Amino acid sequence: MLALLVAQNIAFYIIAALMVVGAIRVVTTKNVMHAALWLVLVLSGAAAQYILLAAEFVAITQVLVYLGAIIVLFLFGIMLTRAKTGNDDDLDNKKSAKFIGAGIGIALLGLMGYSLIDGFGDTEFGDLMVQRTAEVSDSIFSTYLLPFEVLSVLLLAALIGAIVIARRD
Amino acid sequence: MLNMIDKVWIIPALMAVSFLVILFFGKRWGTKVTAGIGIASVSICLILSVVVAGNWINRVNNPPTGTALAAEIVQANGLTPQTGQTISEEVNAATKDSGETVATDSYGASDESVPPVVRTVTWFQIGGLQFEMGTLVDGLAAMMLITVCIISLLVHIYSTEYLRGDVRFTHYYAFLSLFTASMLFYVLSSNTLQMLMGWELVGVCSFGLIGHWWEEKKNTDAALKAFLTNRVGDIGLILGVIITFFAAGGSSFNVLHLNEYALSGNANTTLLLVGALCLFGGVTSKSGQFPLHTWLPDAMAGPTPVSALIHAATMVVAGVYLIARLYGVFFSGLAIGSSTFHYVAFIGGFTTIIGGLLAFVQTDLKKVLAYSTISQLGYMVMALGVGAWTAGVFHLFTHAFFKACLFLGAGSVAHACHHTFDMREMGGLRKKMPVTHATFLIATLALAGIFPLAGFWSKDEILAGSANGQENAYTIMLIFGLITAFLTAAYMGRAYWMTFWGKYRGHAHPHESPRVITVPLIILAGCAVVLGFTNFPKSFFGFKLPGSFTTRFEHFVEPTFAFPPIAHAPFTPWLAIASTILAAGGLFVAYQYYEKNRGPHGLTSRSKIAHAGYTFLENKYYLDNLYTGVIAGSTTGPLARAANWSNQNIIDGAVNGIGNGARKIAGVVYAVADQIIIDGAVNGSGQGSEGAGQLLRKIQTGKVQQYASILFAGAVVLAGVLVFVV
Amino acid sequence: MFLNQFLLLAAILFCIGVYGVLARKNGVLVLMSIELILNAVNINLVAFGAYWHVNDLANVSGQVFALFVIAVAAAEVGVGLALVLLIYRNRQSINIDDVDMLKG
Repeated sequence: MLALLVAQNIAFYIIAALMVVGAIRVVTTKNVMHAALWLVLVLSGAAAQYILLAAEFVAITQVLVYLGAIIVLFLFGIMLTRAKTGNDDDLDNKKSAKFIGAGIGIALLGLMGYSLIDGFGDTEFGDLMVQRTAEVSDSIFSTYLLPFEVLSVLLLAALIGAIVIARRD
Repeated sequence: MLNMIDKVWIIPALMAVSFLVILFFGKRWGTKVTAGIGIASVSICLILSVVVAGNWINRVNNPPTGTALAAEIVQANGLTPQTGQTISEEVNAATKDSGETVATDSYGASDESVPPVVRTVTWFQIGGLQFEMGTLVDGLAAMMLITVCIISLLVHIYSTEYLRGDVRFTHYYAFLSLFTASMLFYVLSSNTLQMLMGWELVGVCSFGLIGHWWEEKKNTDAALKAFLTNRVGDIGLILGVIITFFAAGGSSFNVLHLNEYALSGNANTTLLLVGALCLFGGVTSKSGQFPLHTWLPDAMAGPTPVSALIHAATMVVAGVYLIARLYGVFFSGLAIGSSTFHYVAFIGGFTTIIGGLLAFVQTDLKKVLAYSTISQLGYMVMALGVGAWTAGVFHLFTHAFFKACLFLGAGSVAHACHHTFDMREMGGLRKKMPVTHATFLIATLALAGIFPLAGFWSKDEILAGSANGQENAYTIMLIFGLITAFLTAAYMGRAYWMTFWGKYRGHAHPHESPRVITVPLIILAGCAVVLGFTNFPKSFFGFKLPGSFTTRFEHFVEPTFAFPPIAHAPFTPWLAIASTILAAGGLFVAYQYYEKNRGPHGLTSRSKIAHAGYTFLENKYYLDNLYTGVIAGSTTGPLARAANWSNQNIIDGAVNGIGNGARKIAGVVYAVADQIIIDGAVNGSGQGSEGAGQLLRKIQTGKVQQYASILFAGAVVLAGVLVFVV
Repeated sequence: MFLNQFLLLAAILFCIGVYGVLARKNGVLVLMSIELILNAVNINLVAFGAYWHVNDLANVSGQVFALFVIAVAAAEVGVGLALVLLIYRNRQSINIDDVDMLKG
């Protein structure tokens, strides 16, 4: 059991490090295409973390929806807006804006880090049980049925909205 | 006899199938086959409906008793899923309660109760709550079935000629089928959710058919107006369905359950009141009650048969039907019969008057009829509001036929006069179109309420109901009713004389319409003559028919189950005489004024007051201006302008104003006080304010990301305060 | 494993996303940064969900919420990219600081 936990921890830290690096590259790289590819790394890292958390269904959905659909959408967006291939120096705001952003980000991180460590100091997971897809589906289709239906309407609305906004007329 | 009452779902399903077939194959198979499919399906539906009505009459004559009745009651109320008992236990309990006589206490049923036939299937289940789909058949539903099917059938036949050669012939027939299916679905609904679905479906069909000739902007505008005005009321309906659901214990949407729960006195009265008011909002729009009636006259932009079917006989009475169906809810919610303010009756009565007045200034024949429909719908709502349930529903029944006859007659006239409905271009048509003229005359007299035509009986019942209703005093409703009786006769007389008498003023060569058009007219006129006798009063000026011939309509249609105890006004001779005299007077006045040209002509040009009144009517009480100009206008243009104004004047203005104001004050102080002492300080503060203003103005950059950084920074500060301080 | 590992990872990703939203000028990149933020939230939800699931086996609310967030994110990207395309078509550029017609 212990060995397994250690293995999990090691996996977690490796993946987490990759994700953080990937995320930083997403917001700093000078190549739009690279940003999308780094985003792939972060999103698949998140999927891996879900597996560590024994949440298989979300992991699979993450891969299918994010990696399969959203990234493709982004790539299309990049292509359709004729982004420069190679490096582009015009991706970021002015230096001052970057500093303000960094300041806010770091302040937020400090605040959140402080409260998280303060609040959940050494809370450990018990023995993680696999959260079976059947349980998820039972939950969605009983307790959360109404939000689910509302969500489907939202998706429809977004679909129509996207078409209406983007079409040429 | 064939027992259709259990399988009544077949009727709307058949029309739905007809819709799909016409939709998918209509174009390929040609117009003749299309019309044939439509007519054949409606005919079958009509036959089946008659069978259902026969079944129902049979059931009233031989009501179920004992265990069978108890089982019916359990099924009708849909109680089992909530209590968790099995049906047989419920049946046992119900039978035990009552012994051989029936459950008098628990279900509001008495010895003579004939529960409706309810057949349901489970639709879906959420968290122990079961949603059902089903059919409910009682006298009211059977009556509506027959009405809808007959008129739909005649309109189907009539349209083959009226829309001959139309580009969207199949589209039209598909919509007619869909409409009929939805309307039948609506009247057979066993729960309010289903009613809501049917209600919206008929609304969609109405939209599609009003805009049938969408090439003209006017028609699409009318369709949109109808749709949007109905949306306003539909919000009320949706809210009402939800609220009444919770008012009735939150366990079922079943209409019988709602009625029975509302009448049992267990329901929360406030919820019930709010729910009933919301539902009435739906009625207001769908049935063209004041102040949401404005869409109905515009809806006349659709083809005339559609106006006859949808906007006169069936769809617009959906609201009246809703009140009749959920009468328990309305009765206890709005305290019909005990309250001092009769909301429903008042709105209905008010609508009859304003609709009747508006009909006078119309030159378009169809619009006269449209306002007349509004007025008559107000009559029905008023009847239901004063507790004269049977009278209201009976008027719905008779009105459907003679108003459909009038509309189809108007269509026949227009067919002859090159599709114009302008009465100024008609006149003298009685010799050229004898059949149309005769049927139109009969329907006009029926609408005016001349003995012995159908309108006389139903209108008279409403007046009697207002005169001796629940608490013997609905004086104001009675006055409304009598005034409208006069107005109805007068404006119909005007329309009749302008159209059929005098000299022909148009340029076409009118001729009698072919049989396809006149035969439906004759059938409808026949109905307008005989149908009044279906509710022949028990005693008519002392003349008594055997019991099995009088008040048949009341006997078979009025529910006896989950229905409030309402009084039945007897036939009132003086009212009948008074209303007949008023109607005859109205016709006479119209004859004198419009045909003989007697009376104060040119009053509107001589008298300012009369002219103002005429303009007021011609502008439809300025309601449309109120809706589009004031309400819609104030929420679009002015809102944007207000936002811009606040940006310009409040944000900039505050900032600049502070600076300028400070400078002005400084100037005043400079002039008034000794400039030597405070000169420097004043100038400094003025400049300082302006500088601050200029600085603050920079925040309003329009750049999203700067706003976002302010947002996030604010969030950080707030979170910091929450974490460290609080 | 500590619960905090995941929460802190989520916090870091969130803040990187916030930085991206504030510092990037390119519309598509801003949308990507928003995706980072949403993912951080999802990690949080799933971590808490797993934590509660240990105590209450029937409770998978965390996962359900995460799924909902994924669906909403998909809708958001769809509409967001449509907007970006529209801006591109109208101004031949997707620099969102060019779009400042609401300037006071």
